[in-house]
Amino acid sequence: MVILQQSLTGRNEDDALELEDIQHFLMSRPPARAARYEFLTFRSAACGRAWLMGLIDKVGTAKAVGSNLVDSRWVTIGFTWNGLQALGVDEVSLATFPEEFRQGMAARAEILGTTGANHPDHWVGSLARPELHAIAILFARDVTERERCRKEHERYLAQCTGVELLSCLDLEALPPFDYAHEHFGYRDRLSQPVIEGTGVELTPGSGPPIKPGEFFLGYPDEDGPAAGMPQPGILSRNGSYVAYLMMKEHVGAFRDFLREHGETPEQQELIAAKLMGRWRSGAPLVLTLDKDDPSLGADFQRNNAFTYADMDPHGYACPLGAHIRRMNPRDTAVNMNRRKMIRRGGTYGPPLPEGRPEDGIERGIAAFVGCASLVRQFEFAMNVWANDPNFHELGNERDPIFGTQDGTFDMTIPKRPVRKKIRGLPAFTTIRGGAYFFLPSIRALRYLASLSGDHRADLNYED
Amino acid sequence: MATPGPARPKESDWTKPAAMAIPKEGYFTLEQGRYGPIFPKTPACHGFSVVAKVKDGREQAVRDYGKSIEEAVKNNPSVLAPLKLHYLRWILFDVGSGLHFMYQGIFDTDFDKYLEDAVALFVKTGITTVFVNLEGWPDDWKTNLSAVIKFFREHQCPSFLEYGEYPYVTADQVKKALKLKAAFANMLDLMQ
Ligand code: HEM
Repeated sequence: MVILQQSLTGRNEDDALELEDIQHFLMSRPPARAARYEFLTFRSAACGRAWLMGLIDKVGTAKAVGSNLVDSRWVTIGFTWNGLQALGVDEVSLATFPEEFRQGMAARAEILGTTGANHPDHWVGSLARPELHAIAILFARDVTERERCRKEHERYLAQCTGVELLSCLDLEALPPFDYAHEHFGYRDRLSQPVIEGTGVELTPGSGPPIKPGEFFLGYPDEDGPAAGMPQPGILSRNGSYVAYLMMKEHVGAFRDFLREHGETPEQQELIAAKLMGRWRSGAPLVLTLDKDDPSLGADFQRNNAFTYADMDPHGYACPLGAHIRRMNPRDTAVNMNRRKMIRRGGTYGPPLPEGRPEDGIERGIAAFVGCASLVRQFEFAMNVWANDPNFHELGNERDPIFGTQDGTFDMTIPKRPVRKKIRGLPAFTTIRGGAYFFLPSIRALRYLASLSGDHRADLNYED
Repeated sequence: MATPGPARPKESDWTKPAAMAIPKEGYFTLEQGRYGPIFPKTPACHGFSVVAKVKDGREQAVRDYGKSIEEAVKNNPSVLAPLKLHYLRWILFDVGSGLHFMYQGIFDTDFDKYLEDAVALFVKTGITTVFVNLEGWPDDWKTNLSAVIKFFREHQCPSFLEYGEYPYVTADQVKKALKLKAAFANMLDLMQ
């Protein structure tokens, strides 16, 4: 597709996705086994812009990465609102960004329910600090390639005086590599929304294709034509928001919990499945209630082909409070087409070998939730689905996998004749940091890099 | 997110009637929700009382709108289900300062979620809203959710007392209990 001649704020008449202009990150997932996230700060607008200018050619577009070109670039760049300000975006324009993005994730902790041990006061890597300006996300085929890119960026940064690395995180996929899974052992990346107009094949159960405007600014969304976009249009169009979360997984505590609540390995697997809503193989409980079925878990024609309202209304198979039933209640919630999220990211830290006690080493998931409205999509999921103790009238429960748990919440497992209630669920995960980023389009990156003026040079944050 | 008021136990006891006096702001401690302060769940559940002035000459339009809601629910009894309502009360009154409209709703979701779902419902069903007849209602309400929520938040008059004879019970719980009662009655009939 060719980007038609158009004015800076204009659009293609047919609203076809401008794949050359959209960063690949939310559109396609390259076959990466390693990644690195770098969190950066700009000491002046000029140096931030110079850094950006030299990197734009490395950013992978949706078109290049989607076509699986061997030499395609897997770099993604995002900015916090403070970062846009630090690059010299003017105040009028900055004010047109939505309130939640302006405030940033740390300021929204209470809304998100990230309190107690999950509170920004405990976050690492300067993620809660206002000088966090940008993220560079790098995906690589393997660790060797990641290391090569890391060094290359290190050399580049050394030339960019005034751009400093606040913190970074290296990620590696967990072996065996033939299927994506995380530290608790659950198969992941099974369910995700399909975006209309991308030509991605719909697998049974993924729901109807979702309008591009739910993920990319400037396109029609599920309610109609784009409205209220940040200005100028060149800055916002084809951009997206992502919410970043670094979540430590307490694998030792998780395994202890399974042993405490299940006498046999089979019972332990069932408990693990009840927390998630899927067996660790990925097989959904709604489709196979009392026995794991790994071939079902691996079969993309079948592993999403289920609903809740008619197939499991009371949660005898998949508990109402299980992770996947909260994060996508499917046909048991209203306006689901306006609450979709695209998940990206990976695992960090070494696996904890089976049978080994907790070794205290940092490991977990560092993930991004992509959307067009943080308040309507991501924050809703956190506020209502993950951390509202009364979700589905459960009364005193939160998401068992990543909700804020302090030992005072429960988990109900419906069962005939009487349900089982696990009291005082421990925390299996701790949020170690997070931030809201805007992923601008390629054109917007060029726009930002060519801004002039330095009205916020030498930003000084005191706190 | 449900916010416990000071007197609200984690698992509430519906057998004990409860009253809650609420501070002027409408909440006890300032807790931010997605679009503004969270109003607590009270013994009478979540809800609001929104009061706004009716535009000149629109009284009949507002009254007619009552009819159209009646029709919509008759045609599709579950049309308002997404709002998780117990009750709606719509009132028109004039105590000397012009005609005002009061929208009292008692429901089981929080304030922000109610409004998001309500706007989605209006847009989806193509029915406009009675609010277009009110002063201050944003013209771009269909595409500007935050303006709508701001309108509601600005026109909300928080209660200073709420009471529940069977406190904190949700509409779903009431319906489940009545279903159970009907099932028992049926069973007893069958055992005669
Ligand atoms: C350590 C934390 C987390 C773990 C271990 C985890 C793990 C998983 C796994 C194994 C699945 C099933 C695979 C699939 O359906 O694709 C899943 C599904 C999902 N998760 Fe998470 N997750 C975590 C945090 C989150 C967060 C923070 C969000 C968003 C706010 C989220 C949103 C979702 C969604 C939307 C689904 C798909 C549900 C469906 O469509 O049925 N998860 N997660």
